[in-house]
Amino acid sequence: MYKVKVGMATCGISAGAKTTYEKLNELIGGNGALVELTITGCIGMCYSEPLVEVVDDETGEHVLYGGVDDKGAEQIYKQHLKRGSVVDELVVLKWRDGQKPDGPQSSFLVDQERIVLRNCGVIDPEKIEDYIARGGYEALKKVLSKGDPNWVIDEVKASGLRGRGGAGFPTGLKWSFAAGNQADIKYVVCNADEGDPGAFMDRSVLEGDPHAVLEGMLICAYAIGATHGYIYCRAEYPLAVKRLRKAIQQAKDAGYLGQKIKGSGFSFSIKVKEGAGAFVCGEETALFASIEGERGMPRIRPPFPAEKGLWRKPTNNNNVETYANIPWIINHGAAEYRKFGTEKSPGTKVFALAGKVKRGGLAEVPMGMTIRELVMEIGGGIKKDKEYKGVQMGGPSGGCIPAALIDTPVDFENIPATGAIMGSGGMVVMDEETCMVDVARFFLDFTQKESCGKCTFCRIGTLRMLEILERICNGEGRPEDKDKLASLSEQIKNASLCGLGQTAPNPVLTTLRYFEHEYDAHISEGYCPAKVCPTLVDYVIDAEKCIGCVACAKGCPVECITGEKKQPHVIDQDKCIRCAHCITVCPVDAVMKIAEPKKQKPVAAE
Amino acid sequence: MADTKAKNGFNFQLWRYDGEPGELIPLLQAAQDHYGYIPEHAIEHISAATGITPSKIYGVITFYNQFRLQPMGKYVIRLCEGTACHVAGAKTLLEVIEDEVGVHEGETDDDGLFTVLTVACIGCCSLAPVMLVNEETYGKLDPKKIRSILRQIRREEQQKSQGKKAAQPAK
Ligand SMILES: Cc1cc2nc3c(=O)[nH]c(=O)nc-3n(C[C@H](O)[C@H](O)[C@H](O)COP(=O)(O)O)c2cc1C
Ligand code: FES
Repeated sequence: MYKVKVGMATCGISAGAKTTYEKLNELIGGNGALVELTITGCIGMCYSEPLVEVVDDETGEHVLYGGVDDKGAEQIYKQHLKRGSVVDELVVLKWRDGQKPDGPQSSFLVDQERIVLRNCGVIDPEKIEDYIARGGYEALKKVLSKGDPNWVIDEVKASGLRGRGGAGFPTGLKWSFAAGNQADIKYVVCNADEGDPGAFMDRSVLEGDPHAVLEGMLICAYAIGATHGYIYCRAEYPLAVKRLRKAIQQAKDAGYLGQKIKGSGFSFSIKVKEGAGAFVCGEETALFASIEGERGMPRIRPPFPAEKGLWRKPTNNNNVETYANIPWIINHGAAEYRKFGTEKSPGTKVFALAGKVKRGGLAEVPMGMTIRELVMEIGGGIKKDKEYKGVQMGGPSGGCIPAALIDTPVDFENIPATGAIMGSGGMVVMDEETCMVDVARFFLDFTQKESCGKCTFCRIGTLRMLEILERICNGEGRPEDKDKLASLSEQIKNASLCGLGQTAPNPVLTTLRYFEHEYDAHISEGYCPAKVCPTLVDYVIDAEKCIGCVACAKGCPVECITGEKKQPHVIDQDKCIRCAHCITVCPVDAVMKIAEPKKQKPVAAE
Repeated sequence: MADTKAKNGFNFQLWRYDGEPGELIPLLQAAQDHYGYIPEHAIEHISAATGITPSKIYGVITFYNQFRLQPMGKYVIRLCEGTACHVAGAKTLLEVIEDEVGVHEGETDDDGLFTVLTVACIGCCSLAPVMLVNEETYGKLDPKKIRSILRQIRREEQQKSQGKKAAQPAK
């Protein structure tokens, strides 16, 4: 019998997996006895979505097909499911039970170690039986049968697990603080706000293996003596919320959540709270305020959450990925966990590869792997073989690490040394066509909008920085701007209460440090080397490509484009205001961007 | 627990989690789900039911990006402006959408068909650039693809309304 799994995480669905699933469902139709069709989460190969895996129960052979549209689905049905012969053109991976995968895309997976993603893309996330069949809830049972919360805390401490939410605080230590504080009620909170725009590992875990997060929270609750839990999930992840709610109901029905769990004296319940779209709510004290129904404004620490957290009660808050590690650690032991990663950053980390990389998706690797291995080997290098410029890590709180530092090991010691941060694991790869000044402007625009407004420097300082960056991108940069940015950065860092303000200048500081020449090109030479900033490039129509459709001329606000119908058009450079409208309307991509130094670089006064 | 009912059948259950106060955000989310935005009478209604003052409710509404105080179009376009989508050229795409719909970001067109909004990452970064039209996600966008998606929607809507008009005289 065949088992057919369609990857139905948000990424799969966006790539068209619903159509693929429906097509397969229609074709398989009455043959339910021969073929079992199910859904699964994201295996991480988002670049090959929609993915369909065919498993032969008898031989234990797995074939993973990529880019399966409805035609592909039909082909797989006719050729593989009916006649037993593999559709070679669509294969991305093949493997036999218990063996390493092979096939055209195997280099994406060979260096990965799957602890957090152990079930993602393997099980049907909407079935608790699938989770249990893979050893799910065994860790909880083990903890309950040992009956010693201190043992749990010691084990997590010994594993060396550090929080995956960004700062890398030792998880076991954090738990011991909350365990040590007495109160009538304690809370366990899971931070599923995943605010870094460009990161999606928490989404994949929630959508692909929600029970792992619940089990991690249960174990934490047992260890610290909590009875109530909240998962704060961002509203932009409706599917994750749906699967979490379903998982919670299933766990309740199976007796893993609720009163006197599995005959023990331990009771715990979990509620899902949806965020309402505010980046600052990822900061834990703001997150608590939001759960309480308030504006999500950070609170002054101390008191720390372990003492006064949610509703001013002792609270432990961890990230999704942190909790998802816990069941594995309890099952396999701290020593086994420490076999992965480095001395100071043990274990694995999930990275979300996106941007100008060929194979965008999720990769879980041992800590300490280099950026080169992640981007060039697992990620397969740069799209269209352009030149690699750097990688952005840590989102709005992080920085851009230049190509020269490509051999930096990725862990909690080496990444912060570059001026970036580990963050939650988002890696946005940049190439020669990414303008670093524009990237800095992008992040400041983000933090400026998302600042909650409590601290003056964060509220107004980020706005001043944004104004400076905007004028640089518009070709109106002034010689003193770089220094101004640097000094504002220091002030904002020093005078902000929470991590948002304290880290907001990082994207500017790292780009100033590693890509100063790009700032200079904008400010003193009047051009944007990456051809991104609209006012600092020239627009020229490629006469070979132009079909003379007049769309550009009709829409040009200053009427600087001329040409007869069906004849190549020309842009009058003196009149052109560089609004880039023509680029957006051209049906044949005939408008080219050209950027060259315009002004003479002023000789440095020495 | 109390069952409450407002205009247009908007009702909700006030639920409490072991005596904890504060269910304001889920209530606002429920109101927005129901109306597509948060009308003034919903604020009054929630205020009466919870005892939270309208000014405080208003303060919460304006703090969060999700909440809207104006009605939205039938199709809400949310273009992602996250990092991955930004480096993949989302800025140009926003101009394309604004050009195609004829309104700026944050606005709704006169027919009430489209509202143009932006979001910061919907977690499909590997398919960047990405946009949502209502619940539907579209990835690997370019100007041409956007125009054809939006024109397709417009065409279907026109056909629907013409179908209605054609059906009327027959009645
Ligand atoms: C502005 C800001 C945004 C944050 N966003 C997130 C987030 O989206 N997800 C997350 O897990 N932690 C986020 N954090 C970190 C949390 O405050 C907290 O440190 C973390 O959830 C602790 O979990 P961990 O110990 O498992 O890392 C953010 C912090 C700041 C200052
Ligand atoms: S950055 Fe656009 S989906 Fe993540």
